[in-house]
Order: sequence, then C-alpha cells, then structure tokens
Amino acid sequence: MASVTDPQTNQGFRISSLINDRRYRGLTFQFIALIGIIFAMAYLGINLVQNLATAGLTFSYDFLGEQAGYDINQTLIEYDSQSSHLRAAIVGVINTLLVSVLGCIAATLIGVTAGVLRLSKNWLVAKLMSIYVEAFRNVPVLIWILIIGTVVTLSGANPRDFLTRGGSVEPSSELILGAFAFTNRGFYAPAVELGAGWPVVLIALIAGIVGFFWWRAHVKKTLFDTGKLLPVWPSWLILIVPVVLAQLVLGALSLSMPDVASNNFNIQGGTLIAKPFIALWLALSIYTGAFIAENVRAGILAVSTGQTEAAAALGLRPRRVMNLVILPQALRIIIPPLISQYLNLTKNSSLAIAVGYADITATLGGITLNQTGKALECVLLLMLFYLIISLSISAVMNVYNASVALKER
Amino acid sequence: MADTHSQSVAYVRESMVPQQPAPVSETGAIKWLRTNLFSNWFYSILTLAAIYVIYLLLSILIPWIAGGVWLASDIRECRAITGDGAGGCFAVLEDRIWQLLFGFSYPSEAYWRPTLALVLLFVAAAPVLFASLPRALLIVTALYPFTAYWLLWGGTILVPTFALVGVVAGYFAYRALVDRSFALGFFGGVIVAFVVWWLAGFVTPALSDVLALQAVQSRDMGGFMLNLILGVVCVSLSLPIGIVLALGRQSRLPIIKGICVVFIEFVRGVPLITLLFVANVVLAYFLPPGTNFDLILRVIIMITMFASAYIAEVIRGGLAALPRGQFEGAESLGLDYWQSMRLIILPQALKISIPGIVNVAVGLFKDTTLVSIISMFDLVGMIRGPILASTDWNGVYWELYGFAALLFFVVCYGISQYSQWLERQLATDHR
Repeated sequence: MASVTDPQTNQGFRISSLINDRRYRGLTFQFIALIGIIFAMAYLGINLVQNLATAGLTFSYDFLGEQAGYDINQTLIEYDSQSSHLRAAIVGVINTLLVSVLGCIAATLIGVTAGVLRLSKNWLVAKLMSIYVEAFRNVPVLIWILIIGTVVTLSGANPRDFLTRGGSVEPSSELILGAFAFTNRGFYAPAVELGAGWPVVLIALIAGIVGFFWWRAHVKKTLFDTGKLLPVWPSWLILIVPVVLAQLVLGALSLSMPDVASNNFNIQGGTLIAKPFIALWLALSIYTGAFIAENVRAGILAVSTGQTEAAAALGLRPRRVMNLVILPQALRIIIPPLISQYLNLTKNSSLAIAVGYADITATLGGITLNQTGKALECVLLLMLFYLIISLSISAVMNVYNASVALKER
Repeated sequence: MADTHSQSVAYVRESMVPQQPAPVSETGAIKWLRTNLFSNWFYSILTLAAIYVIYLLLSILIPWIAGGVWLASDIRECRAITGDGAGGCFAVLEDRIWQLLFGFSYPSEAYWRPTLALVLLFVAAAPVLFASLPRALLIVTALYPFTAYWLLWGGTILVPTFALVGVVAGYFAYRALVDRSFALGFFGGVIVAFVVWWLAGFVTPALSDVLALQAVQSRDMGGFMLNLILGVVCVSLSLPIGIVLALGRQSRLPIIKGICVVFIEFVRGVPLITLLFVANVVLAYFLPPGTNFDLILRVIIMITMFASAYIAEVIRGGLAALPRGQFEGAESLGLDYWQSMRLIILPQALKISIPGIVNVAVGLFKDTTLVSIISMFDLVGMIRGPILASTDWNGVYWELYGFAALLFFVVCYGISQYSQWLERQLATDHR
C-alpha cells in the first residue's frame, strides 16, 4: 500500500498549480474577483468624486438641519413647515411604519378569511374568493392603489352636510352612531383624550395582559400536572376588569366626539384620518390580502387529510381538530411566506407618493430631495431605512423558523 | 317458496318492486344547491351575502358597460350622451388607444414595427415555451433580440447585424477553445466578440443609411409597449445573472460567496422605487463625466439588478432542494465544476425553480408600472399624465384604469396559467 500515494502530494506547489490544482485554483479566482471588485469600486468612486466636483456639490448631511418649508397633511408628531428636514424625515418614517403595521393587521384578517373561504364547500363563496384573489394578484399594485385612491377621493359627503349649526338646520347627512363621519376631507372618528391619572389605566392594562397570559399558563400547567381542566374564561375577566375599574374610578380617558353643532363651516373635534392614508391602507391591505389568502390556502392544504382523520378517530371535535392538529402544522408552513408578505407590504408602502400620503419616500425621497438637490444623500438614507426594516424582519423570521423547525433526532 | 312461509308469516312479497326514482331533494339541481350552497344555516347566510355582493357588482358593471359611449370627442360630449352618468365613457379608449399602447411620441407611421416585434416575440418564445415544437425554430429565438432592436429603435440594420456577427464569432471562438478549458473558452469568446464589435464601430457610422428604418429615440418609447419592453428585456437579462448569483451564493469560496450575499440581500431589502430613484437621479454620478445614458437604459440596468437578486433566491431554493447525492454523483463521474453544473445540477434545479421564476417574472412585469413614478410615460404614466391631465378627458378614471388593469390581467393570468401547465408537463414523478 505504501507505494500507492496521491501523485499530487509529491508534486508540491508550482506556479502552474494556481490554475490547474483544485486546491489553489479557488484562491486564484477569489483573488481575481477581489481585485475586480476593488477596481470597479475605485472606478465608480473616482467618477463620483469628479462628478460632484464638476457640479460643485459636496457630500454632507447638513441639509437635514435646515428648515423644510413644506407642510405634511398627516403627522403623528408635532410638525410644521418651520421644522427641519430631519423632522420631516422622521414624520415620514412614522407614517410608513403606521400604514405598514395597520396594513399588515388588516391584510392578515382579509387574507385568512379569503383563504379559508376559498377552501369552503360553498361553491359560490369559493368562486367569488378565487375571483378576488386572481383579480388582485394579476394586476399591478400601483394600478390598485390608483383605483382605490380615486374611489376614496371621489366618495364622501361635504362636511357641511353634517352640520346642524346649533340645531337650526336639518343636516342632509347624519353621523354614523353619532361618532363617525366619512366626508370628502377624510374620516372623522372620536379622539381619545388623556386626562389626569392615565398612567394608572395604562398600568392596569399591562397588568391585565400579564394576568391574562399567566392564567392561561396556569390552566395548562394544572392540566398537565394534575389532569384537572380549570376554566379558561377567568383570563378574560383578568384582562378586562382592572382597566374598566381604573377607568371608572379615575375617569382618565375621555372621548372627544366629532362636533357638528358648534361651528358653521366645518366639523370640530374628534380625529380626522386623512384620505390619502385611508386610500393607501385599504389598497395595500386588500392587495396583500390576496397573496396571504393563497399562502393560507396552501398551508391548510399541505396538512394531509390523514391528520384530520386520525384526530377525528381519536374522538376530537372539529374545532379541536382545527386548533390542536391542523393549525399548529399549517402555521409552520404559513408563517414564513406570511412574514415575507408583510415585508412586501412595507416595501409597497413606498408607492404612497401616488396617492399623496407623506411616507418616508414622499418626504425624504420626494420633496426634500427635490428642494435640496441632495440626491445621493437622500437616496442612501432612504435605502438604509428600508434595509434596516427588512433585515430586522428577516432576523425575526429566522428566529421563528428555528423555533418551529421540525426537531429531527 | 310462497308455501313454506304461508303458515308462519302474514305476508311475503313475491315479485320485485320496480326501482323508485331518487327523492327530488337528492337529485339534480336541488341536490347540487343543497350540498354546495345551502348545506347548513351558516353556509346559507354566506351564500345570500355572496349573491348580494355579486348583485351589487353587476348592478354597477352592467349599466356601465351596456350604456357605454364608444364614439365621442371629449368627456363633455360623453356626459351629454349618457345623461345620468351610469354609462361608461369608453370613447377615451377609442380616441387615445395608440397613445395608451405606444406612448405619445412614437412616430405613428411606424406603429407596425413594435406590433411586428410583438408578433415575432410570440414566434420566438414558442420553441422555448413548448418543447414539442421543432428545435429549428430556436434559430428565430436566437435572431429575435437583434431583429426586435432593429424594429423598435430603427436605424441601419448594420448595427444589429454586426452585434450578431460578434456573438457568432465569439461562439465559434468558444467552441474552438472550450476543449482546453471552460474558462479559456469563455474569456476567449468574449474577447473575440468585443474585437468584432470594436472593428464594426469604425464601419457603421459611415454606412448609417444601409437598410435604415426611421430611428426612434428611447425617450419616445411609451405606453404598454414600454412595459412590455422593460418586462421582456429585464427578465431575459436577469435569468443568466440570477443563475450566476445563485451559484456564487452556494460557492465554497468565501469572498465570492460574500459578494453575492451582500448584493442579493441589499437589493432584496430595498423597494424597487428607491432603485428607480437611483436610476433617475443618482446613477449619473457614478458614470464617467460626460457620458449620458438614456433614462430607459439606466432603468433597465436597475430593474435587471432587482430581478436577478430575486431570481437568484428562487434558483438557490432549487439548488437546495436537490439531494446531495446529485452533487456527489457528478463529482464521482470525474466532471469538473462547470460540467457538473451544466449537465447535472442546473437542469434539475431550474426545473424545480420554474414556478418561482414565473412568479418573479409576473411580479416584475407588474412592477414595470413603477417607472411612471419617475415620470416615464408607460401605460400608467400615460394615463396619469397626458390623458387624465388633458382638458378633453379629465375625469375619465374608471375606463382608463379598467383598461390598464385588464391588459395586465390578461398577460399575467396567461403567464401563470402557462406555468401551471408546464409544471404538469415537467412532473416526472409518478402520482
């Protein structure tokens, strides 16, 4: 055996083995790639420096401190045209996050409903849901945003139609439930006003939530330890009672209703949710809902019928079959694509500019960019923001995937 | 028989009773209604709700289409004809159809050129899409990019011809050298092609009138044609780049892997619209001073980057789904890296990835509408810009958006139906 040796080990290293020997060829390729990348970067960088110098521009973020000088129609934090570009960008970030989070919630509700209904044995409903899913999946989101934006813009009555002018006039439109009004300016809803003692209510709420989960964990533990099934409903009492008690005693939170009586020109009080937000939120949720519906359907179909039959054979009732057998398995399949749909929704919210909603793309990448001409800086910052969001959502997804992955031993 | 029981049993039937028809509730339409629409109270409510929704939709749609006006010169004339306004004003489509399809500055006497290019696209795509067609048709596919360029942009036929000659020369150089090593063949081919193109650069300016079509500038492209151009060009370009990126991400060489991972994650992490901003306002900073790229070319570069990152991820999924034995089997046959990829791994991985690739292609085609935000006049840009802003058609939203939605729906639904058909054709597992 000693005579049979690998011929390569005897040859040692030669210059030609950089090309011909698999052990060294990888190094050669990587070196070439690295040099290529460095040269490409340097080339682009030199061009950039030259172009900036020719145009008389400098790369700096000083403009963020300057006065923005434009108004934003919906802001969650204090902002006016005297504020800085940085403040405008933060308003944009908050608006993006707001429409994304609310959009994800609504899209999940719509998508799960549509996905389950598409699987239902009701022929008409299943067909209707197929039409919904296909119509939204096969038409660009921008067209849907424009269509829904136009619907929202053109609908709604004049706020003056709601006014009673101190009871002297019979209004042509009534507030829905005395609290909501959809006008051509936007959607009026009651505003929550924080009075004295609101932290107590907040603490009661947090305590309620903690207690809610504690009771459920306690029920589970008792069931597993002793086999005794405690009732689950007290968890709801624990959740609700402290908040309601705190609110009743302190009266900290009060609702400010839209007021149609006191002013002769417009509705006063309440919260005005601007139309661009409603349009974008609706469009994104309905569009993404169609994709989520497909994910949900695929997830449920992926659980084999044998599982359902076996669960039924064990004597479980249909609801428990769904909760204990099908859902846990389907969720493992549904959640990863679901989260990437959330990511898509967040990225699609950058189309807000089409309906005039002031998200980060519209403020920083739109008006600020055009006013200051700092294209490079603005676009870089914009990309950075979306990258941070995407990477953090992917990180969450990886943790989740690791936690639900099949534990094979 | 009758006698044996006549003492003990009161009555015995002696002949077979004719078969009764099934109860009315268990046959035909009623049975179907009961099982599919009204099986229990909850489904009954759902059915009624669905019928109400359908009624609402149809009560808007039917008068809109049936009462539509197809001949009018502007919106006021339309409204005058429809009166109450329930009917749609489809005259805008009749009036502006060429703008919607080709943009507003493509020369109208040359509309046959993009139309012919579209027809040829179907001919060229057919042998790729349907394996049963004769393989000789692939020649049409290979010639298509050059023909389409000549038809769409015009100019002398020499430019695409020399481009083709360069590619052919490069191919022959590759064939001559590939036996020594793949890398030598590849780079030799590229160098030969560039030499031919460089030489052609001296000839074409002098002969710019040979078989010349009227030249059309890129900025004159618009309408649905622009969406189709962007979609087709970017998907075709992003496929090879995506394959390379996917292989790079799977590579054992850390630097190459790192470059691919950073590129893919970066592109997938930002919305397409920010990349289009880059194409619009930033990319020019990175090009040598004095160069002036077409906006359409810059947009094609950015969309191709975007699409190739997504396609790379889809193909990586396909590669990951292959059993390790395939890689090891290829190695044990003595195939080198490129041979095993070309002959063993990629054919299988690409087959698995087809549904995903089609998904990306459909999504990308839909996303080409985003160029309207950086004020290019694609289909959506034409509607939002020149048409809705004109005094003649200001306010005709539904007809225009409906038309755009319908065009995209037909194309995208067609593609997804094809992909499902292909999946069934390619299913080699026996079920």
